[in-house]
Amino acid sequence: MPNRSYNKSIDWITVGLYSLLVIFGWLNIYAANFNPENPVFFDTSKEYFKQLVWIGFSLLFVGMILITDSKFYVEFAYIFYGFTILLLVVVLLFGKEINGAKSWFEIGPIRFQPAELSKVATNLAVARALSRYGFSFKKFTDLVKASAVVLFPMLLILLQNDTGSALVYFVFIIVFYREGLTGYILTFGLIAGIVTTLTLLIPNSTILGLIALSIIGILYFKGVRKDLFKAVLIGGAILGASYAVYEYTNSTIDLEYVLIPAILFVSIYLLSISISKRIHKFVPTYLLILWSAIILALSADYFFEDVLSHYQRTRINVLLGIEEDPLGAGYNVNQSKIAIGSGGLTGKGYLQGTQTKFNFVPEQSTDFIYCTVGEEWGFMGSTAVVLLFLALLLRLLYLSDKQHSTFSRVYGYGVAAIFFFHFAINIGMTIGLAPVIGIPLPFFSYGGSSLWGFTLLLFVFLKLDTNRNELIR
Amino acid sequence: MGGINNRTLLIAAIMIGLGLIFTVKLFILQVHDPTYKFSAVSNTRRQVTQYPSRGLVYDRNGKLLVSNQAVYDVMVVPRDIVPFDSIDFCESLDLSIEQLRERFVQMRKDIRSRKISTYKPSVFLKQLSAEQYGEFQEKLYKFKGFFVQGRTLRKYEYPSAAHVLGYVGEISEGQLKKDAYYSQGDYVGISGIEQTYEQELRGKKGVKYMLVDVHGREKGAFRGGEHDTAAIAGKNITLSLDIELQQYGELLMQNKIGSIVAVEPSSGEILALVSAPNYDPSLLIGRDRSKNFPVLLTDSLKPLLNRAIQSAYPPGSTFKTINALIGLQEGTLKPYTTHECFMGYFARGLSVGCHLHDSPLNLAQSIQCSCNAYYCYELRNILDNPKYENIQESFNVWKDYLVKLGFGYRLGSDFKNEVRGFVPNADYFDKVYKKSWSSLTVISLSIGQGELLTTPLQMANMGAMIANRGHFLTPHIIKDIEDGEIDDRFTEKHETGIDIQHFAPIVNGMEMAVWGGAGSTARIAQVPGISICGKTGTAQNPHGDDHSIFMAFAPKDNPKIAIAVYVENGGFGARWGAPIASLMVEKYLTDSISTPYRQWIEKRMLEGDLINAEQKLQ
Repeated sequence: MPNRSYNKSIDWITVGLYSLLVIFGWLNIYAANFNPENPVFFDTSKEYFKQLVWIGFSLLFVGMILITDSKFYVEFAYIFYGFTILLLVVVLLFGKEINGAKSWFEIGPIRFQPAELSKVATNLAVARALSRYGFSFKKFTDLVKASAVVLFPMLLILLQNDTGSALVYFVFIIVFYREGLTGYILTFGLIAGIVTTLTLLIPNSTILGLIALSIIGILYFKGVRKDLFKAVLIGGAILGASYAVYEYTNSTIDLEYVLIPAILFVSIYLLSISISKRIHKFVPTYLLILWSAIILALSADYFFEDVLSHYQRTRINVLLGIEEDPLGAGYNVNQSKIAIGSGGLTGKGYLQGTQTKFNFVPEQSTDFIYCTVGEEWGFMGSTAVVLLFLALLLRLLYLSDKQHSTFSRVYGYGVAAIFFFHFAINIGMTIGLAPVIGIPLPFFSYGGSSLWGFTLLLFVFLKLDTNRNELIR
Repeated sequence: MGGINNRTLLIAAIMIGLGLIFTVKLFILQVHDPTYKFSAVSNTRRQVTQYPSRGLVYDRNGKLLVSNQAVYDVMVVPRDIVPFDSIDFCESLDLSIEQLRERFVQMRKDIRSRKISTYKPSVFLKQLSAEQYGEFQEKLYKFKGFFVQGRTLRKYEYPSAAHVLGYVGEISEGQLKKDAYYSQGDYVGISGIEQTYEQELRGKKGVKYMLVDVHGREKGAFRGGEHDTAAIAGKNITLSLDIELQQYGELLMQNKIGSIVAVEPSSGEILALVSAPNYDPSLLIGRDRSKNFPVLLTDSLKPLLNRAIQSAYPPGSTFKTINALIGLQEGTLKPYTTHECFMGYFARGLSVGCHLHDSPLNLAQSIQCSCNAYYCYELRNILDNPKYENIQESFNVWKDYLVKLGFGYRLGSDFKNEVRGFVPNADYFDKVYKKSWSSLTVISLSIGQGELLTTPLQMANMGAMIANRGHFLTPHIIKDIEDGEIDDRFTEKHETGIDIQHFAPIVNGMEMAVWGGAGSTARIAQVPGISICGKTGTAQNPHGDDHSIFMAFAPKDNPKIAIAVYVENGGFGARWGAPIASLMVEKYLTDSISTPYRQWIEKRMLEGDLINAEQKLQ
């Protein structure tokens, strides 16, 4: 390849980190499948052998990516995206169901999950959309378009019943934020998360009451005194009345709906005063926050009870400590923690693990591969993996900021964000900090689709990075 | 890093922050928190099921009938086994080397067929005695992969009432699939009250997580036992059975085939339920069961059969009381109705024989003397009642009475294997006789023969119903459940549709059958000072000698016990049934057998041998 002056060679640091992760990952897959009584290596039915084949293919893909012109990815971003969407639809119709998710193509001996490919395609499409001339998150239509690019494949994957893979798409909010989306969205997301978690822990009526009281408190300190006092007085009377009706009629509706009339009245009253008297101009904003929180709290319950499946509910309940179930839903995590915990400071030594063999931990070589690291390599090994990932993520952020073209920058952030989500959720769940959502640890977990997907994701960026000084159009 | 975008810095900070959180959590998990610490070689967690002790069973007087004894199972985790000294192993467990080898072959077979897992404990050897356990526990460190788990077996305090108590055994594959509570190798009540009150008796299993070292030795509780759950002992239950009476009944029935059922009329509580031949319930405990069960099962006298509830016989002459009650209620019979009898009933080429007694007789006398002819007239009057259009209608009216009186269907006692007996309806005879039949065709029903079948339990219930003058409570053996209540169906009064005033002549007839003069059929049942009322029965048996039956209650006023006795191939009711029933009544009401004459009867009953005598004949 001719190395022109403004062309940089591939970023060898990232390639090094990638190689370390893949090699270390494979060693652990080998360990997870290692049978001390029967140590064979050349067994084509074993996962470690197959993974070696997948790694070989990955290198082939890397070569292909590097000889392709960077412009290709810009030009074909939408076509590639469209093609993936088509695959997602087709898999929904003709796919094979594995573990309850209809998300696999099966052609002969080869199984392939289009959701992995869709991460790359969506990231390309997002990069393309956000790099369009004049794009701004301040324009509502642009915001909607960018969101649609992300939400479309997410919805299709959700329909496949593969909640874990679908949740990954939320992470694009980081990319959007970096590209100018208002910080309120992130804050709002954070608050939404807290409110959602709270709705599962304490009764809705209490949450509604707390939200209402805190808004009233804020308004009080913001200087709304007299009107607020009146509103609350009448609101209290309404609350009393609706509660009396609730008691008297032996109604079976949830208690939180009793609060609604009073809150509604106070809101309308304050809003009308704020508009008619043109005072306290901040009032509408706070009322908006109040009602968003109320709707969120009410819909979180709906989401939890009706959208999530039973096992997902139980897993979240176990994580939040609502349910105690070391042999049921908490089994994976409990076993996983025991395995990791048993590693100690330096681990039991390679291939010496006992907890991560014989299926003590289910999904040993896929979603729970990190346990093997924890048990056999101890605290040293598991922190090393955390550090390797952190190094990769920070390197990606650093490289992204160096990009001259917006397309490459946005794409780089997308790669970092997706890796970050997988890293956070996967390791988080094995050590009991995140709910058990079945998504793989990049480069570590066994599986061709995910390894290829992540390799593709990374090396397309590294290719773009070789042209970092150009404006790729 | 001035060139770096602020937002990038924030994102990087979030990532580094999470990395830090992970590192701290990993530090806590792997280095700081000792609860997850396992020594580097192989400390493993073992799940030990805590078996609750089964509820105790008491009799009505608070005597302990069934308790528990501790036994120990040798458990194995196949993949933990390392070569060991098999001679030492065999010696401490009283095994031969062949037996041990056999066990290992079986274990490998089970592993291959995935019945047991190589890394989870399964039973290797069942039910060690306490001494074996002590010896083996000491040497356990030499046998890696093995450990001992305690559990309890039943212990029977009396060699009696096996049919009532039932037995406990390992759960079957089918039941295992139905109820998620159980796991392979659990014990479950299989028959009798052990089966009926399984839910109450079994308690709730607990689980204990132990840390074990390289040698399989327990090293204390996992995480201080915070995941452990304690076993909850089963509830104790009290039966209405009187074990003294039960034992006496079994003694009286020795060397005979048949059964005794005694009920308290006012409550429906079963006082004794004897099925002969019986067996010692201890034969079916634990390891002995596999040895003894086939022997009992193949015994030609069928000791496992609970004849009191599973055998249905013709009720014989005891049934005359029922036909009389139906006649009185229907108005076709009056207490003063008399019929003549000259050694039988003769009509249109058909005859029902009778024995020598005074003639004519009124209703009470007909019961006293058990006149067959009287009841032929009587039943024909019911069935040929012009009130009904045809025989079909009148017959079904008669059948409906029987159903209300507790015949033809399971009474609903707490024995699950109770049979229903048989009461024919008009359709049945329509089929048999192609619609051409009359009251004369079914005349044997008048004296409790023919197509009628009742269980001894139904017969005792009939005694209780007459004792109560028209109602009964479903017979049951449960009296009290600790912290629980017995089923409502056992406290519900069943009205029979026979008015109370119709009982006087029947009860008087039954009293005269025992206490009357010449012609009384059951004078042998006289117990000094106790106004026993009874009715004999002799059921014709196409396979051999007639069955000897007696149905009675006592005392006449405010009755305390109703009883039915069935002695297969015993001949006349007065020969075995009546004396045995009267001895049971006397024992229950006075606690002893009083006069020399009564003691002579007792001796005769005890010595009576219908089984070996029969064999001699053959």
